[in-house]
Amino acid sequence: MDILFKILIDPFLQMGSAPDLLVQTIWEGFVTGVLYALIALGFVLIFKASGVFNFAQGIMVVFAGLTLVGLYEMGLPAPIALIVTLLVMYLLAVTIERVVLRPLVNQPDIILFMATFGITYFLIGLGEFIFGGNPKQMISEQLYLPKGSLEFKMLGGFVQLQKIDIAAAVIAMIMIIALALFFQYTRIGRALRAVADSHKAALSVGISLNQIWVIVWFAAGIVALVTGIMWGARSDVSFGLQVIALKALPVLILGGFTSVPGAIIGGLIIGIGEKLGEFYWGPLVGGGIESWLAYCIALFFLLFRPQGLFGDKIIERI
Amino acid sequence: MKMRKTTLGLATAIMAGTLMMGFEAAKAQDSIFVPLFTYRTGPFAGSGIPIADGMHDYLTMLNERDGGIGGVKIAIDECETGYDTKKGLECYDAVKPKNPVIINPWSTGITLPLIPKASVDKIPVLSMAYGLSASARGDIFPWVFNPPDTYWDGLGMILRYIGTQEGGLEKIKGKKIGYIYFDGGFGKEPIPLFEQLAKDFGFELKLYPVPPGEMQNQSSQWLAVRRDRPDYMVMYGWGAMNTTAVKEAAKVSYPMDKFISIWWPGEDDVRGTEGAKGFKTLNWHGIGTDYQALKDIQKFVVDKGLSKAPKDKVGELLYNRGVYNSLLIAEGIATAQKLTGKKVVDGADVRRGLESLNIDEARLKAIGLAGFTGTLQLSCNNHNGHRPSFVQQWDGAKWVKISDLIEPMPDKVKPALDAAAQDYAEKNAGWPKRTEACDKPS
Amino acid sequence: MFYRETGQFKTNYADDMALLPILQDRIGLGIILFVAYVIIPFFGNDFLLSTVMIPFLVFSLAAIGLNILTGFTGLISLGTGAFMGVGAYACYKLSSVFPDLNILLCIVFSGVFSALIGVLFGLPSLRIKGFYLAVATLAAQFFLQWCFVRIPWLYNYNVSGAIEVSQRSIFGVVVTGAKAAPESRYIVMLVLVTLMTWVAANVLSGRIGRAFMAVRDMDIAAELMGIDLLKTKLLAFAFSSFYAGVAGAAMMFIWVGGGEANDSFNINQSFLILFMVIIGGLGSLLGAFLGAAFISSLPTILKFGLPALGIPLAGATAEHLTYILVGGLILFFLVVEPHGLARLWQIGKQKLRMWPFPY
Repeated sequence: MDILFKILIDPFLQMGSAPDLLVQTIWEGFVTGVLYALIALGFVLIFKASGVFNFAQGIMVVFAGLTLVGLYEMGLPAPIALIVTLLVMYLLAVTIERVVLRPLVNQPDIILFMATFGITYFLIGLGEFIFGGNPKQMISEQLYLPKGSLEFKMLGGFVQLQKIDIAAAVIAMIMIIALALFFQYTRIGRALRAVADSHKAALSVGISLNQIWVIVWFAAGIVALVTGIMWGARSDVSFGLQVIALKALPVLILGGFTSVPGAIIGGLIIGIGEKLGEFYWGPLVGGGIESWLAYCIALFFLLFRPQGLFGDKIIERI
Repeated sequence: MKMRKTTLGLATAIMAGTLMMGFEAAKAQDSIFVPLFTYRTGPFAGSGIPIADGMHDYLTMLNERDGGIGGVKIAIDECETGYDTKKGLECYDAVKPKNPVIINPWSTGITLPLIPKASVDKIPVLSMAYGLSASARGDIFPWVFNPPDTYWDGLGMILRYIGTQEGGLEKIKGKKIGYIYFDGGFGKEPIPLFEQLAKDFGFELKLYPVPPGEMQNQSSQWLAVRRDRPDYMVMYGWGAMNTTAVKEAAKVSYPMDKFISIWWPGEDDVRGTEGAKGFKTLNWHGIGTDYQALKDIQKFVVDKGLSKAPKDKVGELLYNRGVYNSLLIAEGIATAQKLTGKKVVDGADVRRGLESLNIDEARLKAIGLAGFTGTLQLSCNNHNGHRPSFVQQWDGAKWVKISDLIEPMPDKVKPALDAAAQDYAEKNAGWPKRTEACDKPS
Repeated sequence: MFYRETGQFKTNYADDMALLPILQDRIGLGIILFVAYVIIPFFGNDFLLSTVMIPFLVFSLAAIGLNILTGFTGLISLGTGAFMGVGAYACYKLSSVFPDLNILLCIVFSGVFSALIGVLFGLPSLRIKGFYLAVATLAAQFFLQWCFVRIPWLYNYNVSGAIEVSQRSIFGVVVTGAKAAPESRYIVMLVLVTLMTWVAANVLSGRIGRAFMAVRDMDIAAELMGIDLLKTKLLAFAFSSFYAGVAGAAMMFIWVGGGEANDSFNINQSFLILFMVIIGGLGSLLGAFLGAAFISSLPTILKFGLPALGIPLAGATAEHLTYILVGGLILFFLVVEPHGLARLWQIGKQKLRMWPFPY
């Protein structure tokens, strides 16, 4: 009886007794969710256009962040460093397309997934070789990212919103809207959707697969750079960030692998659910449940909708 | 056709490498081999790099300035572990045939499997202020050393410091102390003692574990801190966990002068956070280059380009921590040379040397580190020393010593240590009784 | 020319259904076993045995397990690391509760516990398919990892939270703990792997193996044919987790010799084993061995072999170069043969049949 009370009633009582903490927790979850969604967005882009699950997205985030900070430390002013980093990500996209994707055309997905693992190892070694292993501070001021926080006195206490988090949320929203518009209304966007539907059909109408893939990997590279900047500004840029990319998996599962709005909705659900769960139910079992709660949330949704909330329905043909 | 030929060529080269590696000869015996296990890669590299530099540079300075220890050069070899247990064991197996005289794992996770191997392979393990706390008992762990303090001593000192802040240890009663820790090995080790002390002194203990994969994502833990409002926060963290914890603490406006950590956070962990001012940690050695030995390092190693450390990092906290570790290695070797009369000592000799370690004020002055750290005497039964440490505070630009030396709590720690050591020996059936002779009875 | 099977006639069904019907195959296996049992322990040094061969054997066992699940049954699992951990902790509990039980039996029994947990987390596979199934196993991975740290009963309430491996012997020879010689540990490991590979080979070429492959190729058709999907998929999870559990117990007891299990059985380990299976070749036992050699032994060989070849490399630089080389080699091998190293070997065998003719 006591256990039932602790699980079902007590957390809600706690929520009610300190509503400002509830709002704060939901805000933290929202921000984390947005950041997860940013990572998931990179995965979705590549999966949508080439059917490849890009295991290297995490290391691309770290690599982009390190390149930016590294170039700045070498003496380039911040806007130039930004442009050069974008150039580097473009070159990376071209190289990957040439060396990895072109020879592996039409191979099963799991082989391409393995190839992205090879890219990950390669980028880890290269990144550590060029930039060294020390964590670096993200150049937030030079990029005009706001610092400090806003405090709102409400609901009997106070809720603190970090300005960098608000900036992250705004930037993520802009990116998502921009990408959604891009896919819907531009010629290249439509070409990307065509390639996602069927490679052969796209080829037959004259869409150059190679060009599309370069564009898509470059777009994922831009998303990786933005993610690297945002995550780096909140903690710092180091190779430990790479494991955070794994957190995007439950987001992808929940939202569907091919859906851009799915990435953001999934991210928000996972982020808020995770924080609420850890904060109110975590202490019952000793804490630290954040590591697996996200996957359980995703699993729960999957049991009712096996293709994710917005994913393509899996049609099996015999 | 070309691809197959290149594949064949590659395979042959790899075979050749394996064979050569498989039949490597031991190093020539005119130097003393000291392997350094480092992590310049991986998620803990931020802490690992300055320590590796400090360790390397002090020993190199001895080679350059004095021609080694007792006239014998020290052969230094870095092996990269990335803080990973498997790679650490690989490094151990790789260096074993070269007759190393001491092993510094620099990771509790790597130390634990090495503890039983040390007595069989006759190589002493120096887990300075980390590792298995119970290995302070030299009679049960003759081949493992962990000066100058165990994690339990550290806890005792932090609590004593809190006592001084409150006006006496009795005044802690009724207070709430929060403990945020790395949810694994070294973070969990002090918890039983912590709970025992909570009962003894009457304070409430709140635990905030940080899973290893979530080190940079600590907002839930610090939200809980905000909810619980503990009077003091104690932290046992390493690597990125320290950096993020300080950032998050500043975010929830936790009063930094009530936030005390064990001795691991360095300048890099706090420099990036404006609100970190007031953060406190334990320490037992000096910072900066205002010591003769540090100046010699700058002259003989850094200025000659033999160091991997950037010039401004020499003298920082973790760099000097590495220097302290090498100090212990050097003194162990020197004492071994005195005890055995040999110039080129081996692992068993250095074990005796470490056990008879006697670093007093005169010796510190002689090696150019007067005032750098306190004295240290080890003995057959006491492989730790349980030395007092002080508390230092971050003032925004540097660490400032703000307290006198605080003694650990031997009356609380000793019974726990003894119990843990006995427990280890009993649970590991076949744990060898100590057969090594004692040069210096305790 | 070397590989022709002309002249080898089968006169009964048993011969026809044998695992190794061709004489050259049997000779080849004999040579491999001879090298493994005789040449390597006698002529290899300690480093080769304990740092290259024993990890290779441990990982090939785990890779066989995952290959059964992913390669033969088509169910992607990312929880192998955690299942290995379950095996390790089960062995620790078994060995502390029954201190006189032969350690090999402990290791094998711990696989049973791992199999049970595997079945539990394999239940969602009946509803979810493909890459989405990976998330259920990921939940298993992180949840079990959390359990290893949070449930003190698992590590016998000891202070360090680590698994402690006491000294055990078989027939008077010490095989676990610090005093165990690398040769004895290697032989024990080799015997274990040989036996379990033999079992796996037989199971996979029989009725159960065919049921697995039918489920992988088209499970609706398999169901129509009368194969019980529930039983087959759960059996695949059980079988695979059994192998992973034994591999984990062997890793902790014979290879590492104790220590913090949390950092040995994490998500990176799961991914590594998956990659061993993929690059070795899905659906092939030989592929498990080749993949394990590639992913676990190659970095070690490069890291210590390159300096041994005379290239002056400091510790960290060797590590970086190893990562770059391994990543490059993975890409290279995938481009050369996307179906894995086992397929390369098969093509090699075909060429041997035709040699000296090109086709």
